[in-house]
Amino acid sequence: MLIRACVLRAPGTNCDTETAYAFERAGARPDRVHVNRVLEAPGILDDYQILCLPGGFSYGDDIAAGRILGNQLRHHLADCLHEFTSAGKLILGICNGFQILIKSGVLLPFEADRKALATLTWNDSGRFTDRWVNLEVASSKSPFFAGIDRMYLPIAHAEGKFVPRHDETLRQLEARGQLVLRYRNDDNPNGAVADVAGLCDETGRVCGLMPHPERHIDPTQHPRWTRETMPAAGDGLRVFQNAVRFFG
Amino acid sequence: MLWQIDIYPKPGQPNRSGALVAGQAAELGLASGLQCIAAHGYLIEGDLNREQIQCIASDLLLDSVVEVARIGATSDPEMGRIFNPSPAGEHDAELAPATGTTGRNENPSHPWRLVHVLPKPGVMDPVAQSAESAIVDSLASDTSNRAPGHPRGAARGQAVKVRTFRKYWLADLQDGQLRTLAGKLLANDAIEQVILGPLLFDRLEVGSRYTFRKVIVPLRELDDAALAKQSKEGQLYLSLVEMKTIQAHFQELGRDPSDVELETIAQTWSEHCSHKTLTGRIAYRDEHGERQFENMLKETIFAATQELRRQWGEQDWCVSVFKDNAGVVRFDERFNVCFKVETHNHPSALEPYGGANTGLGGVIRDSLGTGLGAKPICSTDVFCFAPPDTPADSLPAGVLHPRRVMHGVVSGVRDYGNRMGIPTVNGAVYFDPRYLGNPLVYCGSVGLIPRDKSFKEPQPGDSIVAVGGRTGRDGIHGATFSSAELTTDSESISGGAVQIGNAITEKMVVDVVLEARDRELFNAITDCGAGGFSSSVGEMGEGIGAEVWLDRCPVKYEGLSYAEIWISEAQERMLLSVPADKCDELCALCASEGVEATVIGRFVPGGRLKLKFREHEVADLTMQFLHAGRPPVVRQAVYQPPAQRLFQWTPASTRDHNETLRRILGSPNVASKHWIIRQYDHEVQAGSVVKPLVGAANDGPSDAAVVRPVLGGHRGIAIACGMNPRYGDFDTYHMAASAIDEAIRNCLAVGADPGRIAILDNFCWGNTDQSETLGSLVRAAIACHDCAVRFGTPFISGKDSLNNEFRLNDGQGNTRSIAIPPSLLISAIGQVDDVRKCVTMDLKSPGNRLYIIGITGDEMGGSHAGLVRNLQGGSVPQVNVELARQIFAAVHAAMQAGLVRACHDLSEGGLAVAIAEMCFAGGLGASLSLENMPTALFGVQLTQREMDATLLFSESNSRFVCEVSQGNAAAFESLFAGAVPCRSLGYVTHGNRLEISGQTGAPCISALIDELKEAWKKPLDW
Repeated sequence: MLIRACVLRAPGTNCDTETAYAFERAGARPDRVHVNRVLEAPGILDDYQILCLPGGFSYGDDIAAGRILGNQLRHHLADCLHEFTSAGKLILGICNGFQILIKSGVLLPFEADRKALATLTWNDSGRFTDRWVNLEVASSKSPFFAGIDRMYLPIAHAEGKFVPRHDETLRQLEARGQLVLRYRNDDNPNGAVADVAGLCDETGRVCGLMPHPERHIDPTQHPRWTRETMPAAGDGLRVFQNAVRFFG
Repeated sequence: MLWQIDIYPKPGQPNRSGALVAGQAAELGLASGLQCIAAHGYLIEGDLNREQIQCIASDLLLDSVVEVARIGATSDPEMGRIFNPSPAGEHDAELAPATGTTGRNENPSHPWRLVHVLPKPGVMDPVAQSAESAIVDSLASDTSNRAPGHPRGAARGQAVKVRTFRKYWLADLQDGQLRTLAGKLLANDAIEQVILGPLLFDRLEVGSRYTFRKVIVPLRELDDAALAKQSKEGQLYLSLVEMKTIQAHFQELGRDPSDVELETIAQTWSEHCSHKTLTGRIAYRDEHGERQFENMLKETIFAATQELRRQWGEQDWCVSVFKDNAGVVRFDERFNVCFKVETHNHPSALEPYGGANTGLGGVIRDSLGTGLGAKPICSTDVFCFAPPDTPADSLPAGVLHPRRVMHGVVSGVRDYGNRMGIPTVNGAVYFDPRYLGNPLVYCGSVGLIPRDKSFKEPQPGDSIVAVGGRTGRDGIHGATFSSAELTTDSESISGGAVQIGNAITEKMVVDVVLEARDRELFNAITDCGAGGFSSSVGEMGEGIGAEVWLDRCPVKYEGLSYAEIWISEAQERMLLSVPADKCDELCALCASEGVEATVIGRFVPGGRLKLKFREHEVADLTMQFLHAGRPPVVRQAVYQPPAQRLFQWTPASTRDHNETLRRILGSPNVASKHWIIRQYDHEVQAGSVVKPLVGAANDGPSDAAVVRPVLGGHRGIAIACGMNPRYGDFDTYHMAASAIDEAIRNCLAVGADPGRIAILDNFCWGNTDQSETLGSLVRAAIACHDCAVRFGTPFISGKDSLNNEFRLNDGQGNTRSIAIPPSLLISAIGQVDDVRKCVTMDLKSPGNRLYIIGITGDEMGGSHAGLVRNLQGGSVPQVNVELARQIFAAVHAAMQAGLVRACHDLSEGGLAVAIAEMCFAGGLGASLSLENMPTALFGVQLTQREMDATLLFSESNSRFVCEVSQGNAAAFESLFAGAVPCRSLGYVTHGNRLEISGQTGAPCISALIDELKEAWKKPLDW
């Protein structure tokens, strides 16, 4: 079966090309689709098994990272995305995509008072940071990380610090295995609570992460490839392969 | 109704912005132990009730997990109570941050003071723009089941206006201190307004109706004095000879020019657009005699490239040089690459953030405006600042502190580059006190373009289509203009040289333009940069003729005159030449992604430039006069080499050498730039192969960056630069030669093919009306010619920025000018056949051999050893191009054969610094002896210690250190047989020490690697 991935782009999305390429390398057929096309005809999502929100600065990250596109999804596409996930399909948000999924309520439904359960806010450093981090997969809940224990991937963001609304939120997420990806010891680049780098919904099929798996597909993308022995594929490729295999 | 929403960090969340202000106030010496609570907010004007505003706040503007909001109407009599709760007062518990250094007023006798900072009306405020659209969307979805439409377009026609602001509560400050702090840290007067105390606006609207009036400038009867006055007061900056040429032209026509005709001529003939000084007639004299140039640049730098292309014949890999917005060279079977570097110096001096922001935005448009549009694939940035430790109280009036300039410039590049999704992969920073009032900001852009899309040709009859941002009063004359011209309000509207960019607008333009290019919807494209439509239409239509309907250009606000529309330099605009039958498809494509595209005119055969505003013709000029009518600039240039002085240095002991090494590593030019690099997304687009920081802990200084422009391919490009303003104080010929050598060897060190490196020149100089200043530039240009030809390395593009001087008043009525040092940046774009053969500079394995390649001479002039030891004199490094070529070829051959484990070029600080950097990047030690070093010593008898010092710290060109495994040593050495000097100096060691023994075997450097690394990392670890 040919797996089709919709890589959604909006004004300011800027990792769509390499994300589409990663899906292609994983054996899927990706299309880069402008959000306006989906707003005009939400039905076009029916053609896809995977929806991916790639990194970038959607609408400039004006107001807050992922806020404006997140609101668009919530206001105009909530039903359509619900249908998408109910059909057993996958949604992946990377970096800005994760911010959008959180702020839209698609990943964690809002509470009764219409307030978010968690957010991704400014790094403790107060500035954008590009560096590589050691990650560990902390739960087997999400199919995106099946069979992966550890990954080495780059982060590149200013607003990636995970903060839950209450301590109770954190406990529940942890108990349900939704805190799927964590920065390993002493490698938390932004002050995220509980070292959370990635999160999934209750089904595990909607998942967001701050690090960029699409930037570690080939060995020469690794910062130390000239000094260490590298496997044939970068750590990030597995995430995309897992998505494709999920339907296989 | 005008509403105000203030947003504070929630109790328990860090008061991040407040702490940042406190920290920077301490750094700049403005206040120590400052207590500051920062907030931000929105003024929202529209027909909205309280419930709707609350909905907007919670739905859109507030992150309720980490923030709290205060909401009120500015007209509310209770407003004072709502918005001005002293943090020490009743709201204390809610506002005081639990963490961070500030938040509690420990001295209640001085109340908290409130400062608001707002972008001036007319200044680009991307957040406000986005908020306006999102508010409309938010309201529509909340109150009805509106069909989903395009969110950006939805705001038009809706009456919601937004202005953003920042808000600071400061404890324990007097009025004077508060004003100083506001002026020097919280706000920049060039683009922002400061309001002490509460906001007292009742409306936000700007702009007023424009009433058409054609302005004629009575030029024909003016005498010389009046012409000069007209040029100055009209901000035309034309010389008397040029004014008289214009006058004669209109006398011949029997009429006076309109204001916009005069402006068009002034812009076309400006230094910025025509480079008239360097392409002018120059009589040059130096110690070799006299030389007469008819067109200096053409006869030096361009000529070198032409000569090489002739030599190469069929093998010529240059595609388009010195004519398009960027230089273009062959990359592979499918693609070419282009490269352009621009400067944005004066805007960055006034408003570092906006200047650097729009500087990068502008050069990215150069890539997009090359051929039929190149995809920008990486960026470079090089900065020159005064030293960051310049005492705050020594600053002349009106000069920003270099730390603040650096913070602003780095943020400006970061925010534009990161948002565009273009990795900033290479750069450098140079510090010299002479950059105090005149910092330099060089921004470069590399683009990838299909081979069959590398040329453009506008056709007669094509529509002229403006795509992207709207036109405002931005950048007109580089001067601030007052509200009297625009609005009846008392607020000032800022335009001027200072602008803020909106990267997302440009990103949207790039997305649609590349799609339109591939659908073949246009015949030509260029960017609207300096000179705006005037320059872009004028250049594109030069060979045809053009008619423009200025009233159709989309404007940001009402009130712009036809002349302002024509010369505005508003950002994020491109100009396309579109066949009539493709216009609809192009406009539909743009609309589908929310990009504005407007037909504003037509290329009409006949060689005339006609401007209309509604039915009125406001300009009618011939392209011939516009582009060929300017009288040539004639200049004298003289160069006299400064007198030679001896470099006298007698280091006493090993400790001296260790200390010199530590000081050079900690000098700001050499010190780690990780604070800058890590703020840039240098890996987006996923092409990164050699990163700016490399090594065992990802923190060693790479010589150059390598990226793969085509995902899945193995071919790469290497980006590097060379610059050393210190050498210019000795001889600008050797400065230029050294910069070229450095740029090439940096590319080479990571694995680039020396036969496929192209370079760019950027001359930033002082006032070239002075013959000595121009002489030093011409001398550098001659060196560029000589080196380019001998290296086989073509110049493909370049730019100059002259008159970089800062006039200051000493307070006693005397003024004096500080000229920047001659600052020639050479940027290089190299090519790598197979990126899997790239090499990085970090040491790899203990036991491997370390070789020095190249000859070390007694060339301490301008060296960093001299800088940190405060020593003058010496000989400046020269380049032996013939030897250098052999070295480069041999090093490249060794890399291609897979024999090199690490390679680092020798530049500032010479061998000692290079090997120290290799050690701490690799987390390994080294043991070396200077005994066998190949030298060209020396004219003067040196003592053994002086000799060792020279071998350690001389900055002779064309040198590398290579790490080679024992097993490959013989094969490696065989490649360097013959004339190419290469000697084994020692080994990579386990452990934590760098040990270097001198020529007699006595120790001369003995240092802990960790200490050297600390000395290097700390100074700029901000």
